[in-house]
Amino acid sequence: MARIAGVDLPRDKRLEVALTYIYGIGSSISRELLKKTGINPDTRVRDLTEDEISKLREVIDHEYKVEGDLRREENMNIKRLIEIGSYRGLRHRRGLPVRGQRTKTNARTRKGPIKTVGRKKKA
Amino acid sequence: MSRSLKKGPYVEPSLLKKIVAMNTSGEKKVIKTWSRRSTIFPEMVGHTLAVHDGRKHVPIYITEDMVGHKLGEFVPTRLFRSHSGGGRTERSTSLQ
Repeated sequence: MARIAGVDLPRDKRLEVALTYIYGIGSSISRELLKKTGINPDTRVRDLTEDEISKLREVIDHEYKVEGDLRREENMNIKRLIEIGSYRGLRHRRGLPVRGQRTKTNARTRKGPIKTVGRKKKA
Repeated sequence: MSRSLKKGPYVEPSLLKKIVAMNTSGEKKVIKTWSRRSTIFPEMVGHTLAVHDGRKHVPIYITEDMVGHKLGEFVPTRLFRSHSGGGRTERSTSLQ
């Protein structure tokens, strides 16, 4: 069982894909990692040797911020924006899009399910 | 799109001059400014700047965390006073 950074990797996937199950590692970092460690991206997770696993673990621990640490950093950044009273902090506080997107329609990812308000009355 | 690094951060020259003058003389007073586009420099930390919001000057105390942001980010220009809401009460008044 390959357990890296507190996450179980799916046993039957190619390593290149399996690594993306770790929060903070996407396909490009995954590829970069495999190049650094010199492991074939096509190996299945179940075929990994102990050596390869510990090598991966070491590189991830030292060079990348993943899982809990990354989440904590993100939350700190958001908290900072809120505390200094910036516009972006305000948008985070209200749960609205932060980067200037429209809110007349869409923006449902941030706003959540539609809550109908003030429906027009009949004449 | 972010500003070219080659140019360096932007700050209104007249504003920075006033800040530097205040730092050297050691006095502290509120500076009014319309320059919302100015970047907050480390020199400004600890001062209070009154930034224009389109209607009046809103005093902002500059802390260390704000360095690198723009002055305008801390003074909203729009005022949203919620929608009329309470549809039920509205209907009952219009029926009378």
